[in-house]
Parts: sequence; C-alpha cells; structure tokens
Amino acid sequence: MTSPSLVGKNARRFAAPSVIPGFGLTFGYTLIYLGVIVLFPLATLIWWSSGLGFSGLYAIASEPRVAASLRTTFFISFAAAVVDLFFGLIVAWVLTRYDFPGRRLLDAFVDLPFALPTAVAGISLAALYSPNGWFGAPLADYDIKIAFTRWGILVALIFIGLPFVVRTVQPIISELEAELEEASATLGAGRLQTVIRVMLPPLAPALLTGFALAFARSIGEYGSVIFIAGNIAYVSEIAPLLIVVKLEQYDVPGATGIATIMLAISFAALLLINLVQAWSRRFGHV
Amino acid sequence: MDALAATEGSKRGTSIRIEGVEQDFGAFPALRDVSLHIQPGELVALLGPSGSGKTTLLRVIAGLNSPDRGRILFDGENATNLPVQDRHVGMVFQNYALFKHMTVADNIGYGLRVRPRRTRPSRAAIKARVTELLQFVQLDGLGGRYPAQLSGGQRQRVALARALAIEPRVLLLDEPFGALDARVRKDLRRWLRDIHKQTGLTTVFVTHDQDEAMELADRVVVLNEGRIEQIGTPEELYDRPASPFVISFVGEAVALPVTISDGHVTFGGRELHIDTHGLRSGPARVFFRPADIAVAAEGSGDLEGRVESLRRTPAGVRATIAIDGYDQTLEIDSPLERSASLGGRVPLSLAKARIFPADENGDYVNAGDGI
Repeated sequence: MTSPSLVGKNARRFAAPSVIPGFGLTFGYTLIYLGVIVLFPLATLIWWSSGLGFSGLYAIASEPRVAASLRTTFFISFAAAVVDLFFGLIVAWVLTRYDFPGRRLLDAFVDLPFALPTAVAGISLAALYSPNGWFGAPLADYDIKIAFTRWGILVALIFIGLPFVVRTVQPIISELEAELEEASATLGAGRLQTVIRVMLPPLAPALLTGFALAFARSIGEYGSVIFIAGNIAYVSEIAPLLIVVKLEQYDVPGATGIATIMLAISFAALLLINLVQAWSRRFGHV
Repeated sequence: MDALAATEGSKRGTSIRIEGVEQDFGAFPALRDVSLHIQPGELVALLGPSGSGKTTLLRVIAGLNSPDRGRILFDGENATNLPVQDRHVGMVFQNYALFKHMTVADNIGYGLRVRPRRTRPSRAAIKARVTELLQFVQLDGLGGRYPAQLSGGQRQRVALARALAIEPRVLLLDEPFGALDARVRKDLRRWLRDIHKQTGLTTVFVTHDQDEAMELADRVVVLNEGRIEQIGTPEELYDRPASPFVISFVGEAVALPVTISDGHVTFGGRELHIDTHGLRSGPARVFFRPADIAVAAEGSGDLEGRVESLRRTPAGVRATIAIDGYDQTLEIDSPLERSASLGGRVPLSLAKARIFPADENGDYVNAGDGI
C-alpha cells in the first residue's frame, strides 16, 4: 500500500487530510480537558454517592423536603425555559429582521444576564419585586406576590435563561431568506401558515438547543434565585440550595445524593432534547 | 397530453396592464412612470443592468411591492391593492426559495395544501397533481428527495413546478437562469420556451443577459434607471434601437462624437455620409455595430485609422483600430481575405449607423435613422 508516510494508516481513519496539522495535539487536549475537568469531578461525585446505593439514593429522593426541592427546581426551570423559548424567539426575530435606531445597543443588552454576577441580578430582582419595590408595590395592590414565592424563582430563571435562546436562534434567523416568506405568500399561504409551516421548522433545531441551554442553566442556577425565592422549605427551596444546606450541616452523603439525582435527571432530559433535535434536523441543512 | 393537463383549469392568458407605476426607495427612484401592456399569453423579458428597476417591476406585478403611484390591472381588473396571497401569480425566485425542510413533493404541493378547507383538493388529488407536475418538469421519482439533494437545474425545475401547481394567472421569473452554469442555462432556455408554449401562460421574466432576452422573448422591455427605454420585438431592438442606451446595451456598439451642421455630419474634419434629415444642428453621437463598418477601398471611406491589433474569431478577423482624431479605439469585424495588416493604415466605411443629436440638456435622446 502506498500510504503517505506522514499520516499513518490508523490516523487516517480519524482525520481527513487537512492543511492544518495538529490532530494529535488538539484531540489529546480535548480528551484531557473532558477527562480532568468534566468527567473526573462527576465520577468523584458518583463514587462518593455510590456508598449510598440505589436504596440510599431512593431514600434521599423520597425525603419530603428533598423531593419538594427537586420538583421546584425541575418544574420551574422547565417553565422558565418554555417562557424563554417564546420570548427569546421574538427578541431574536426583532433584533435580526428589523433595523431601528438603538438596535445594536438593545442587542448588547441581551448579553447582560451572562455578564452580570448572578447575586447582583438576584438582589436587583428581589428589590424590584419585593412588596415595596417598583414592580412589587403595584402588584401587591392586586394581591399578587412575586418576591419570596415560587413566582420569584420563575422570574429569576427567565431572566437568566433568555440570552441562551436569543443567541442560538439569531444566526439561524439571519440565514433565513426573506424570499421564503414571499414564496409562501405567492403560493397563497396566510401569515400564520407561513410562520408555522415555513419559518418555524428550520428554526426548530436552534430553538431546541436554546431551550436545552436555558433549561440546563436554570437547573444549576443558585446565586440569583436564593435572593428572590425566600427559600421556604417545601415551597420555594431549590435543590442547589438544599445541597448547600446539607453541606453546612456536614451531611455530605445527603448533599452528594441530591447532586447525583440532579445529575441523572439533567442528563436524561438533555439526552431527550438531543434526540428530538436530531429528528428535527433530518432534512439535512444546507 | 399530460403536459397540458398539468395546467388545465388555470385561467390561461391573462393580460397585464401597468399604468404609470412609480416606486421610490427612500430618495432613490426605482421605477419612474412605467407603463406597459402585456398581451394574454405573451412571453416578455424585462432586460436591464443591475439597478435598472427590472426586479422591482416584477415584484410590483407579483404584489410583493406596492407601487407609490400607478395601477396594475389583470384582465382589466384593478389588482393594485390585491394582496399577494390572492393574486394567483406563479413566482420563481432567483435563488428558487425552496423550502429546505420539505421534500420535493411537499414543496410542489405546498400551494394546494395551504388552501382554505373549502377549496383545498383532497389528499389524493394533491398527490396526483404533484406526480403529474413532477413528470411535467422531468423529475419523475425525485419527489421524496430534499432540495439539498438536487442539482441547481433540478431545483430550478422544482421551483417552477411549485409555481405552476397553484394554476397561476401569470408566471413570473426572476433571473431564472442566473445561478446556473452556461450549459444548463442553454438547455433550460429551450425548455422554458416549450413550457410557455404548452401552458400558454402570460409569462414575464427578468434578465440582465441580452442574449437570453432576445432568444426567448416575444417582446423585450429594456429598462434603465427605473425608466422604460424601449419596448419591442428582438428585431426592433436590433434594427431600430430608440436610444443610445438601447443600442449600447443590446449588442455591441461603437459611439463617435460628431457635429451636425446644415445637414452635414462631420467627425474630426471629415464628412460622414449619414442622412440627417429633420435633425437639429449641433453636437450629436453616431452609433454603429462592429459588423456595420468595413475596410473600404483606398481613397474612399468615411474614416481612417491605424490597425492596433488583430484577433482571429470563428467568422473572420476582429481588428482593433485607432481612429484618427479620436482618443478611443474601435473594433471591426472583417472577413479573412480583406484583413488589414498590423500597424497599417486603413480607410473605413460605414454601412449602417444611428445618429442621436444632443438636446438642450446635452443628453442624446432623439432617434435618427442614420444611413
């Protein structure tokens, strides 16, 4: 066989010939990074909790306070991601499709939740929505309480998750040709039909990615939530906070147990989203 | 015949009347007082350079742009304010605008599936029509593919089938062959002509390629800077171009600055034998095609120049000649046996020319018949 001497027979199976060298270096780095920084800590977590066994994990999960906090975390994170999906799409649409004065400034604002320390966000939101805050006071007149309830958690998570949806969907929207809408209209489709049949399907994979990112971020969110949630056990206590509480009580097995359960649920949820995404991409994007 | 059945039931041969249409994009006028009457079943080309307003005019007909002034009539009915959805125009976009997430069959059937329940054909009827159209555009068996899996020419045909599926009143095509390579272009040109014949639809297409316009269209509308320069058959455009723009844009032309005085045309002190009957005295411009100037016998001829270069062409020799008293060169075609020698001086005579005298503003507008 006359194979090029520089690229071994085995290496050729992994990397297509390229003018940029460094497959070995970059691939090695990737493996070390994923191994040491991501998988090793997770493995430790599972190792620590493995002492508990399935029955131990089940016991922790069925502890009423833990179960309540897990429910709070996952349900509210899901709800927040759904809200972000909807409004993120609208924001991304407006920012890419229309040109108006201040568009760039508004576009920059979208990233603020990324950049802001989460505690700052939490304190500001708590101040705004507390019963004597700017938003809280008028709402209190209608007997609506946001701060220090589950609604507060929802508000904080919506705030944190929005940029994920906007930033993943934006580039895909700018790729969508305006001619597609026009073609749909000349063929007799109404506006709603055009949006649902022509515009949304190509956006679906990006929307799902944004949703998954916002959802994942919300599950792990701690800083902004604890200031506005009020942290009432069984009501507005999130799972990450409960982990901290357990650690402060030197209940390390309890803390790792909750962490392992969260990890399992998150992994399952993200896997599911990925599968849906693969399905929605079946038509082969050009 | 299947091909005809594909569009049976469509209202064939709708006439289009465009009256005084104007459109401004900000301060930039895209269309200026455009009036045009397209006969039922006619195949019309909108020809012009980029920025001439040809695509804007097509979009106005489609209803994708609403004109600032003027009216559009389909079969005498005012369609100016008719929304795109209700206009029943079959539009083929420059980049085809196929729906990438739908199969070819779903793309073609789209216009039928989005109809309100009352007028929507049954699932089976849609399927049958899609199959029929796939056959019509010679894409049998490719209905299950996605647009990404097709070649450029195939996508073009899917776009056309999709437009025909709704039984349109008129067919509009924006640069239909713009994105294709030369060979496919030629094939598709002939094919589009056939389709037009078989469907009998009033068809308007936009192009910047004069060969394409001349080969395909019954009539060509030449646009420049938002204005119609001339409407005519290919023969009329070649033989009687109405403006300096038309003669330079449609085919090659050489322009010489001349002066008219007392019925005589002079260029650099020499008199050109051009009929100036009824033309005002003053500066003017003479236009002629490379084929209409030839090497003359010694001592005769309207012009004289020096041969700068010679180039062999399929038909003969093309010579670049520097004209005495003029800072530009011109190209002439001459048969092989009459070819001049490089660097030598040659007398030239004009067989055919058009003269356009300048008006008060210095624009060369009024057509003169020339020789």
